[in-house]
Amino acid sequence: MEGGEASLADRVTGKLVLEHVSKWFQTSSMNVHALDDVTLRIAEGEFVCLVGPSGCGKSTLLNMIAGLDRPDRGVVQADGQMITGPGPHRLMMFQEAALFPWLTVLGNVLFGLNLINGLSAVERREKAEYFLELVGLKRFMHANVHELSGGMKQRVALARSLAPNPSVLLMDEPFGALDALTREQLYGDIQRIWSQHRKTIVFVTHNVREAVCLGDRVILFSPHPGRIREEFEIPLPRPRDINSVDLARYSTEITRVLKGYVQAEVAG
Amino acid sequence: MITRWLVAALFFSALAVSWHLLVAAKIWSPLLLPAPLSVLDYLRSAVEDGTLFEAMLVTVRRLLIGYGLGILVGLPLGLLTASSKWSQDTIGVLALGLQTLPSVCWVPLALLWFGQTESAMLFVVVMGTLWSLIIATDTGVRTIPPIYSRAARSMGSSGFHTWTHVILPAALPFLLSGMKQGWAFAWRSLMAAEIYVTILTGFGLGHLLHYGRELSAMDQVIGVMIVIVLIGLAVDKTLFAPIERFLHRRWGTGRS
Repeated sequence: MEGGEASLADRVTGKLVLEHVSKWFQTSSMNVHALDDVTLRIAEGEFVCLVGPSGCGKSTLLNMIAGLDRPDRGVVQADGQMITGPGPHRLMMFQEAALFPWLTVLGNVLFGLNLINGLSAVERREKAEYFLELVGLKRFMHANVHELSGGMKQRVALARSLAPNPSVLLMDEPFGALDALTREQLYGDIQRIWSQHRKTIVFVTHNVREAVCLGDRVILFSPHPGRIREEFEIPLPRPRDINSVDLARYSTEITRVLKGYVQAEVAG
Repeated sequence: MITRWLVAALFFSALAVSWHLLVAAKIWSPLLLPAPLSVLDYLRSAVEDGTLFEAMLVTVRRLLIGYGLGILVGLPLGLLTASSKWSQDTIGVLALGLQTLPSVCWVPLALLWFGQTESAMLFVVVMGTLWSLIIATDTGVRTIPPIYSRAARSMGSSGFHTWTHVILPAALPFLLSGMKQGWAFAWRSLMAAEIYVTILTGFGLGHLLHYGRELSAMDQVIGVMIVIVLIGLAVDKTLFAPIERFLHRRWGTGRS
């Protein structure tokens, strides 16, 4: 397949490159080996899902790509440059309400935009409104954060992350705290936005179905220490429906492999 | 809204009427419990000869300057103790200790240091405000969910911008309660200081109260007490209530 070869070539250079990355955390009682020799290449415009049980270091990995954390060993690069700190090209979206309660919905979306130089106040405002429109919440731009439902909050968070026009979007279990119905709506939204705006997305989740529904690739981690165990290409056509049978076939397979790691760990 | 006003008006009229009836029943000597009308008489004469207004001005000025100074110094110090272990173990512990000291205890020291002057009064007010504001700011900043600054950092905020745009606004509910507490301490300590010592540079409400006692002028004592209560209420309603309403609306906490 031609498309497959192109993306393979892209991955060799790679939008995001992680090479032999290791990370330890020192807690008061023990030294945790969070990531062990992780190597991963992600192509421009690719949607990659990182899946694994808790403690497999997938959020740590995301933090390192965001520049909020540094590897103890190995290299993390974006566009061929070492990542030395956070930047507006790589924005992070968190699991729950990282929205600022002292700002309105509009104020939250403007927060990231205000940190970008070279935009006039009018342009910032227009961009903010555009992205609120995109997530279907323009009507609520003057609302306070506490007046929104959980799903609406995550939509605002999505608009806030998209507004500064990052090339990489990092999502740390962004729908984990939502009910199933709201989640399904957001799967649709995020696929639509991704196909329109072609961001590189790294999406962390422990929900295999969710990963198969969204990702071009699903990367499986095992815990203690966090390691990449297996990769699955998901060549299903988009937009994908999380309830489709084809999708279920993939997720059943991946879940089976994942269970193997968890059981191996319990046994060993 | 109008009913609420009506209920309040009714309540306070009833209070005044029962006070009047109590006096009319002559259970206590009118020297000890003057009628509401004679208190009103005193207030009117004090307004007319200017003593009340002057005393209010002196007291409120001391309070505002001292309180302002306390906030100006306390807020940065609170931010400092919250952001470094060293300052927490030093200034933080000092503030915690001194906060437990009733601020009227500063009066003897202030008099020896500054004499019977304006500076002594300001010093007492600052000491009343400062420590509780440091503690409140410190607590406020520590209670902020770390995800706020992580999200802000991810969007490129750092250093001073993070302090002014994330940490301070996020700590606002705590700052406000600290400021209210600081205000209450400052107000109490200033009144105590004014009643306790004669200050040569200005004759405040506390002095008016004190001389009311010296002259056994109960109408003056009660009249000045009422004025003090009214000032406290006015400050709460004009200074703090609007900020509180804003907080309730934004954060969605409580009901105003």
